[in-house]
Amino acid sequence: MNINFTLVSQAIAFSIFIWFTTKFVWPYLLRAIEERQQKIADGLAAGERGKKELELASQRSSEVLKEAKQRAGEIVIQAEKRASDIIEEAKKNARVEGEKILAGAKAEIQHEIFSARESLRQQVAGLAVQGASKILRREVNAKAHADLLASIETELK
Amino acid sequence: MSTEAELNPTSYIQHHLTHMTMSIGEGSFWVLHVDTLVMSLILGVISLGFIWMVVRKATSGVPGKTQAFVELLIEFIDDQVKNTFHGNRHAFVAPAALTIFVWVLLLNSMDFLPVDIMAWIYEHLFGLHNWRGVPTADVNTTFALALSIWMLTIYFSIKVKGFGGWIKELFCAPFGKNPILWPFNLLLNLIEYISKPLSHSLRLFGNMYAGEIIFMLLGMWAATGIAGTIFGAVLGVGWAIFHILIVVLHAFIFMILAVVYLSMAHESH
Repeated sequence: MNINFTLVSQAIAFSIFIWFTTKFVWPYLLRAIEERQQKIADGLAAGERGKKELELASQRSSEVLKEAKQRAGEIVIQAEKRASDIIEEAKKNARVEGEKILAGAKAEIQHEIFSARESLRQQVAGLAVQGASKILRREVNAKAHADLLASIETELK
Repeated sequence: MSTEAELNPTSYIQHHLTHMTMSIGEGSFWVLHVDTLVMSLILGVISLGFIWMVVRKATSGVPGKTQAFVELLIEFIDDQVKNTFHGNRHAFVAPAALTIFVWVLLLNSMDFLPVDIMAWIYEHLFGLHNWRGVPTADVNTTFALALSIWMLTIYFSIKVKGFGGWIKELFCAPFGKNPILWPFNLLLNLIEYISKPLSHSLRLFGNMYAGEIIFMLLGMWAATGIAGTIFGAVLGVGWAIFHILIVVLHAFIFMILAVVYLSMAHESH
């Protein structure tokens, strides 16, 4: 129970221990702990960032999808419109072509009619002249009435 | 234990409470308690050396179990200091607190070792006749620690507030600046400065010393026969379990008080 020099030596030992801890123990472990804390914080932040980016990406992808759908719809509508346009135009062209063909046919028919009429007229004229000449063969001198016959012929023509 | 003397309760206890001494000069002051010194130095070197070995290989990645244990300890101390001390605690106060806690805890823990078995080991294995294994049950140790802290509080008071500031605080706090109050302030501060190291050291010393004595008293039941031995052993176990609490608690209280005194020295009133 008596105070003696042990006190002083213990105090010296105590100071040396404190000095040792302050100098060699505390800073190193504290640094390790702080670095780990930083790492964990960084990791958590990165995770958070990743989550946010994922959210953003999914949002963007849905937007892109929506846009694509919209554009596809537009394209379909355009295509339909264009198809109907083409059909319409084809119809118009066909009508024009048909009319042209019709007109050509009509003109040909006219021409045929005309030429048929012409040949008929000639035939009728020939027949008429023949008939007339047969009738007149007896009474009419062909030579005497030749000019008359010719005039009839021209008239019939 | 001592075969040459007659074995009675007084000689038994006196034997256990006798330090191994070494005289280094004239007078009763120039004496060293070799047991106290050797035990505390060995424990200090072992505990701080262990922590140092772990810290040297400390990684900021995934820690091993040993490193995790040391980190747990350091973070526990750091938390305690953070709550009390508002300043750059990493410079001195927190490492000092760690040293105090670890060291005092181990010094106190020597109390768990059974007194008689350890006395037998010290005597027959190491040839040490009088050897006390609990350095904190030596008032020199607790006074050494408390007085070191006390001097540090004065040092930090002067360092933070300046010498004039420190003197001014002695006269002007806690009652006020009025010159009439100066003597009272000074008186109170003097009482505080005297009582702080006394209570700080005697609290630890008293608990550890009393713990040791109670173990010895319980050990004396063995002198009454087999029934008494068993009774004493049961009580000894109970006291030892309770003593675990006391040992840790007083190491913790000693550290917290040191931190509180040091942080009070850093704050001006």
